[in-house]
Amino acid sequence: MAEMYFTKEHEWVKVTGTTGKVGISEHAAHELGDITFVELPKIGKTVKQFDVLAAIESVKAASDIFAPLSGKVLAVNDELDTTPETVNESAEEKAWMVELEISDSAELKNLMTQDQYNEFLKTL
Amino acid sequence: MAEQTTATPLNSRHRDLKALMAPFGGWDMPIQYEGIIAEHAWCRQKAALFDICHMGEFIFQGDFEAGGLEDVFTFSVKTIPVGRSRYGFLLNEQGGIIDDLIVFRLAEDKVMVVVNAATATNDYAVISQRLKGGAFSNITDQTGKLDIQGPLAREVMVSAFGEQVATIPYFKFITMDILGVEAIVSRTGYTGELGYEIFIPADKVCQLWDLLLKDERVKPAGLGARDVLRLEVGYSLYGSDIDEVTTPLQAGLGAFVNFDKNFVGKEALMKQKQEGVAKQKIAFRVSSRRSPRHHYEILSEGHPVGSVTSGVFSPMLGCGIGIGFAAAGEYPVGMPLTICHERVSMEAVVCELPFYDNGSLRS
Repeated sequence: MAEMYFTKEHEWVKVTGTTGKVGISEHAAHELGDITFVELPKIGKTVKQFDVLAAIESVKAASDIFAPLSGKVLAVNDELDTTPETVNESAEEKAWMVELEISDSAELKNLMTQDQYNEFLKTL
Repeated sequence: MAEQTTATPLNSRHRDLKALMAPFGGWDMPIQYEGIIAEHAWCRQKAALFDICHMGEFIFQGDFEAGGLEDVFTFSVKTIPVGRSRYGFLLNEQGGIIDDLIVFRLAEDKVMVVVNAATATNDYAVISQRLKGGAFSNITDQTGKLDIQGPLAREVMVSAFGEQVATIPYFKFITMDILGVEAIVSRTGYTGELGYEIFIPADKVCQLWDLLLKDERVKPAGLGARDVLRLEVGYSLYGSDIDEVTTPLQAGLGAFVNFDKNFVGKEALMKQKQEGVAKQKIAFRVSSRRSPRHHYEILSEGHPVGSVTSGVFSPMLGCGIGIGFAAAGEYPVGMPLTICHERVSMEAVVCELPFYDNGSLRS
């Protein structure tokens, strides 16, 4: 079972060994409303923790998606190019966006666990 | 922080439906219920019901010429046949648009003026100042307004109110009994679909809302879907696409200006007609699903030429669409543009309005 961690900007990362899949939380997807577009990074791109990783647009707004961890883009979920509405239907399962090769797992300390994130949502 | 807003009579209905509410034009309005995309689709395929009680309604009764009403708008009021309505503008001396509105000719000596919510108070003051006689009143608070729009709207209305609704042509209206009171049923709307705007006393609007929603062909739709629907058919939104520093000629809406009559702002428009406009409206289609948005910059061959005033993702076209204003020039259909904002950049091409022309509007 992969461990799931969250950022304050509502990204999640599911860590399996040295890789992590990244997406946005159900809370974020709900807040954005109908998702119409997801901009994914190029495979091979390297990012630092909390840098812009991808972008997302809904009928209401355009937002950046930030990298929960530093790393290199191993894969992207390009099904979202044609069916971005998957983010609304399954934000924390099917609508993973990017798979990262994690460069420094010590950065996990800067993220929230599922329980901490649930508590964080109550404060919003 | 909290903006002072007015609630329509349907406010508790929206809250019961778990609508996302937001301030619009000084009113607390439903933005979406189920979701903007689903509500948009329902309107294009079935029949959507909109709470439009926020819009303003005024009544003028008297002699249109002696009372000064004939010179107030960019179109002639006295030549509107009774039972018909006409779209046009209230302008300032510079030709800028104070509001876009529709006048309904209720009787030989009586009209109803329907205006935007945010501008209603100012419109009423401006029109009052220009009038020289007659009786002019603001009936916004006493008037409820529901729009039912979509290819099934006529069948729904006939089921609810009988055959007399079936034969109302586009931009005509009838006065009829609904729920025991006098209501106006008009074949107009803001979606590009077959539909009706219903004006009814405010204390009956909840009952009418409930009655129409009992029909399973009808679902409520919010202002979010309404904005996508109107932009797909190229209608201007006051406050975004048109305003007091934009003239109808710049906005490509000269067809709603009658130069054969007097109106405030005519001299400025005549001058603009002779000398040409400094800015003009352009429409464009984005090559991806990205949405252009208000204030995004428009570039041609790397040079800034203007900015976006309205943009959305169009579910009907499957891409971003937008309108904006650009420095006067040639913008032929197919001309490439780039739409930019901070890190976002999207390719687009100039296109004609409407973006979507397959609605049931005139069926």
